[in-house]
Amino acid sequence: MEVLLDVKNLTTRFYTDEGVVHAVNGISYAMEAGETLGVVGESGCGKTVHALSIMRLIPSPPGKIDAGEVIFDDGRDLLKLSSGDMRLVRGAEIAMVFQDPMTSLNPVFTVGTQIVEALKIHFGMTDNEARERAGELLAMVGIPAAMQRLDDYPHQFSGGMRQRAMIAMALSCDPKLLIADEPTTALDVTIQAQIVDLVRRLQAQLGMAVMWITHDLGVVAELAKKINVMYAGYIIERGDVRSIYKRTRHPYTIGLLGSLPRLDEVPGTKLVSIPGLPPDLIDLPQGCPFYARCTYRKDQCLEEMPPLEPTDDEGHIVACWRWEHVAGRDA
Amino acid sequence: MSSGNGSLVSVRNLKKYFPVIRGTIIQRHVGDIKAVDDVSFDILKGETLGLVGETGCGKTTVGRTILRLYEPTAGEIIFEGTNLEEVVGGDLRRMRRKMQMIFQDPYASLNPRMTVGSIIAAPLEVHKVVSGKEKHDRVQELLQMVGLNPYFVNRYPHEFSGGQRQRIGIARALALNPDLIICDEPISSLDVSIQAQVVNLLEELQEQLGLTYLFIAHDLSMVRHISDRMAVMYLGKIVEITDRDEIYLNPLHPYTQALMSAVPIPDPDIIETRQRIILEGDIPNPSDPPVGCNFNTRCPVAVDICFKEEPAYLEIRAGHWTACHLVKPEGN
Repeated sequence: MEVLLDVKNLTTRFYTDEGVVHAVNGISYAMEAGETLGVVGESGCGKTVHALSIMRLIPSPPGKIDAGEVIFDDGRDLLKLSSGDMRLVRGAEIAMVFQDPMTSLNPVFTVGTQIVEALKIHFGMTDNEARERAGELLAMVGIPAAMQRLDDYPHQFSGGMRQRAMIAMALSCDPKLLIADEPTTALDVTIQAQIVDLVRRLQAQLGMAVMWITHDLGVVAELAKKINVMYAGYIIERGDVRSIYKRTRHPYTIGLLGSLPRLDEVPGTKLVSIPGLPPDLIDLPQGCPFYARCTYRKDQCLEEMPPLEPTDDEGHIVACWRWEHVAGRDA
Repeated sequence: MSSGNGSLVSVRNLKKYFPVIRGTIIQRHVGDIKAVDDVSFDILKGETLGLVGETGCGKTTVGRTILRLYEPTAGEIIFEGTNLEEVVGGDLRRMRRKMQMIFQDPYASLNPRMTVGSIIAAPLEVHKVVSGKEKHDRVQELLQMVGLNPYFVNRYPHEFSGGQRQRIGIARALALNPDLIICDEPISSLDVSIQAQVVNLLEELQEQLGLTYLFIAHDLSMVRHISDRMAVMYLGKIVEITDRDEIYLNPLHPYTQALMSAVPIPDPDIIETRQRIILEGDIPNPSDPPVGCNFNTRCPVAVDICFKEEPAYLEIRAGHWTACHLVKPEGN
């Protein structure tokens, strides 16, 4: 398959008054065209900052992309594009859907106006053409009576409908990559199921690649083909969905899966919690960032951050000095 | 509903309507939001009853009305044989010692200007239970009980993480040795690995102290994990109540079935074989609920009668109650 996005050694830091926040610490991975990648991790693990870095939307100052390359599509390095060229990429080639559909739509413009805006800028459509197309897009994401609803304001839409409108807007320019940052976190579970189903259907129809950023290991299991697990600004485990869930290798991923109750669990199951808290990104330890919470740690882990090494499964890599000793969830 | 035997709280036909008022000078009462509409259930001594439902279904209102933080519009709440509605003033305050609450947002529910010690001691002072040295000892004991270092007693809430703050909230709820704790989404603002820590703590405390929980949340897997029995709410009504295994293995109400099938299970094998029911549309506006069964706008199996008559809330088999026209009690 053809590589769509190749991230190499991406490093993003925030230079604040309290110190330097090491948000993303040299991560590398590649995404194929049409692939669905799940990026999983807890708050502050750098999953959103890494996506914003790809889009060059990091507020600067205090943020700064200190190193790395983001090779997109036909070999352009997004980090080296002029800001004018980057604007043509954003929205048209890479689109983003944000977590909170309440705050990412402008409350004083109608939903239609906001969708039409991108169409006019990127395609130079006339008002009527753009309006026609906006109606089609809203209908495509499953909003009933789409043409009439174009004249509604965001507050007249429910949470699920707003997220659908955001997806319609993101798809308006037929992007090659859709980055969805916790798109269902603010939604109820029945609405979440609708959105997941919608994205899966649209992806099959339009053939775009999707990067789905979430803290919910359940949702990505249904959607993604590959998973990146992030912790303290590093990718600590990466592999195919089945391999990540069935032959988990990193102690942190094992802990995450263990602390998640399953709907189908047998009575009396105890949750395995991970002790302690994630490290302070201003003051990262020298060795493995998970050392303080890890049950498999050895002195070696204190000295150096482990590199991503291949495991027994093809395409499954893990950053742990002791992964061979970790009692994985072989199932 | 087995009233009396073993139940700590009995809720009967509870209603809580919030009036909708139009106009500023001449105010008119134009309607009601039926946040809780004729709900009956029991909470048994020592059990955890899970209350699940989507945003705006009235689950938080049920919790708050049980504590009489809201005055019920109609219905009865019987706590250990006493009808709470007949209790007023000082007596109500004494009753409240036995019922405490843990709130959703550990940032908003702790006063930022008070030290942890004074936050936890506040209920002890309000109810004049202990003072002086005894109070100090009790606070230390509580901190230890929830897994915080007693040394932290003079720190302020901002010095703690979300999970630690939720532990402070739990310590405060435990201060008066309550019988019932209403946990209103106690973990939904926490990260996954921290959620498990707090849930394990709640389970340990229940075992040690014989607490009864009403656990309100929207996360079905978590509620099923912690509960003995579960109640599912939709648009102000309980649509189904039964024990945690029955509701997963044999859900009767179409809404419960859809809800269960919408919950993601982190296991690729199960995902491949699982049948999903995806509901269409959104939750209707609670100020203008549909006529008949209130789920009829989204129900995949609705028939004529569902649009005309409201279904009765019936015991289908021992301990399994539901309100659906299409489900008939067994043995008839």
